[in-house]
Amino acid sequence: MKNPIIKIEGITKKFGIKNALEEIDLSIYEGEFFAIVGPSGCGKTTLLRVLAGFEVPDSGLLFIDGENMRSIPPNRRPLNIVFQSYALFPHMTVLDNIAFGLKVTGVPIKECYQRVKMLLKLVKLSGLDHRFPHQLSGGQLQRVALARALVKRPKVLLLDEPLSALDAKLRNEMRQELVRLQKSMGITFILVTHDQQEALSTADRIAVMNNGRIKQVASPTNLYESPSNKFVAGFIGSINLIKCEVRQIEGELCAVTTGLTKDLFSIKGKNEISVGQSYLMGVRPEKIQLTKLTDIDQYDNKLAGIINNITYLGRSSMYHVKVSGDENIVMNVSMSHSDRSENIDLCIGESVLMHWTAGSALLLEDHDS
Amino acid sequence: MMKQVGSHRLIFWLTFIPPTLWLLIFLLIPLSIIGSFSFSEKRGLIDIELSWILNNYIRAADLIYLSTLIKSIGVAGITTVICFLFGFPLALGIASAPPRWKSILLIAIILPFCVNLLIRTYALIAVFRTRGFFNFGLEWFADLINVPFEPLSLLYNDTAVILGLVYVHLPFMILPLYAGFEGFNKTLLEAALDLGASKLELLTSIIIPIITPSIISGCILVFIPALGSYLTPELLGGPNSQMIANVIERQFMNANDWPFGSALSMVLVYLTFGILALRYLCFNNLYLDKNKRRL
Ligand SMILES: Nc1ncnc2c1ncn2[C@@H]1O[C@H](COP(=O)(O)OP(=O)(O)OP(=O)(O)O)[C@@H](O)[C@H]1O
Ligand SMILES: [Mg+2]
Repeated sequence: MKNPIIKIEGITKKFGIKNALEEIDLSIYEGEFFAIVGPSGCGKTTLLRVLAGFEVPDSGLLFIDGENMRSIPPNRRPLNIVFQSYALFPHMTVLDNIAFGLKVTGVPIKECYQRVKMLLKLVKLSGLDHRFPHQLSGGQLQRVALARALVKRPKVLLLDEPLSALDAKLRNEMRQELVRLQKSMGITFILVTHDQQEALSTADRIAVMNNGRIKQVASPTNLYESPSNKFVAGFIGSINLIKCEVRQIEGELCAVTTGLTKDLFSIKGKNEISVGQSYLMGVRPEKIQLTKLTDIDQYDNKLAGIINNITYLGRSSMYHVKVSGDENIVMNVSMSHSDRSENIDLCIGESVLMHWTAGSALLLEDHDS
Repeated sequence: MMKQVGSHRLIFWLTFIPPTLWLLIFLLIPLSIIGSFSFSEKRGLIDIELSWILNNYIRAADLIYLSTLIKSIGVAGITTVICFLFGFPLALGIASAPPRWKSILLIAIILPFCVNLLIRTYALIAVFRTRGFFNFGLEWFADLINVPFEPLSLLYNDTAVILGLVYVHLPFMILPLYAGFEGFNKTLLEAALDLGASKLELLTSIIIPIITPSIISGCILVFIPALGSYLTPELLGGPNSQMIANVIERQFMNANDWPFGSALSMVLVYLTFGILALRYLCFNNLYLDKNKRRL
């Protein structure tokens, strides 16, 4: 295992009586592309600002590359930050903006400009050296901000929602650009975003935050396939949740009842599960198949319902199916148009059967710990 | 549609006419009169004839008048510099104070404007005259440490004039600087700090360059009225601390030489316009004003 380049131990930060960060423990390893996701106001920016030294935590320890950061001011920490608003110096050209961080640390002017030129090429900005920030487009500003931080060759680069001001197409391009830069320079990236897509598509590992706490840290696949709690399951992708009770445990599988039908559902369970306990059964929309109601005897995990609404999404459609038995439960089912079998008519008001395999359902704690 | 255009036109004229009339009656017409006087000749006690001569300006270049003008520029310049040295940290302090304090401090800066200039100047005299509060304080302190005390004569010299001018004009420096700091994007400071800049480098490479338009506005707002100040040198200055406005006043009153007084006044006007034109030329096509929108 590599060394943690950043080690956060029990960091808490209060603003007034509100806890912006609560007992954060986190290790980030050298060369990782790490993402922090969470809803607005959950403390992502605060965490970055604690790392950068702009906020002093109320308690807890922070080590960067093994060194305690307690008494190290922001201008002497071996990391750099890319601000959401870019924060480019408006009175300096692109060249001077990028060279600023080198000049103030006493790098000889000649070397400064060599390194800046190199970086300009790397972020594909060559030729814009003498423009002022107000003469650049959003994507170009973004690249300058990136270059300005990267030219310092920091151990860690912090990015606070760097792409949120760009349009969808540019954002996609810049995501790939970020991954390319990170891999080629070998710098540890910490990307803050509230866009789960962005985190899933770029990061090696992701931390999901809510209300100042870290809910789970895992790789994108693990986070999606086996979320450890209700919040993560709902925040990363979407999920249908149904209250259930465990009746029986047989090896890997457990059988649960839902109260909607008399049927037992089987779910691949986790370790610490007890019979008789209430849980949530979670099924992702794309793991559910729709068939005709008459096929009911062919499948194991199944629910009948009526299509209530259809959202057209281009490559696929989202079917909102009202479950027979409880009018208040609407399951979302995503089906790509090519998968759709021809023998069933999927339109509003149609009765359908939803079914899924045991391996594709999740068993989650009902309460949010 | 027509009605709408009509009412727009009405609003246009309603907002356009009063300021225009104001400018015409109180600025352009008086300025033209003084301007034409400056090219005129005195014919009798109250008789002035516009004869398009330059004699008044030639006389204004006489050493005595020229030296007073240069001295006035010097006094106004020193006043501006002192105002800047005090105003910059004060404005920065107010802008970074907690919101509740901000308004209190701002009111404290603006409050003296509610008192008439004449009264404020007399108050200064009461503080700094030989038997004034400042000397009383010193005397009390000298008594305390048992040192013989001779009251200082603080008034009626150039220093007193500069002190008075700084006192009166300091808010004109603080307010534009404060506005500049308020509009300043604080993330820029964090960005600079993050890139390794020291506190001093924040000031010299980020704050001052970005705030320069405000600094220039403040300096102009102090320099121009200080240059033409009349009351302060009249009341606080000695016989040698006259400024150009005092000389001008004497041309109109004692000497009854309106054409020459007008010429001296016009020299001040040209100077003022010169400064404003310079500022315009230096700052109009720079990045700064375009950038304001974006920050
Ligand atoms: N300087 C501050 N003073 C008081 N409260 C603050 C301050 N900064 C942040 N907070 C509060 O702390 C909480 C966390 O804020 P933070 O900016 O870290 O959220 P975030 O996760 O970055 O949200 P977003 O996605 O909207 O940027 C919020 O409730 C916010 O109101
Ligand atoms: Mg934020």
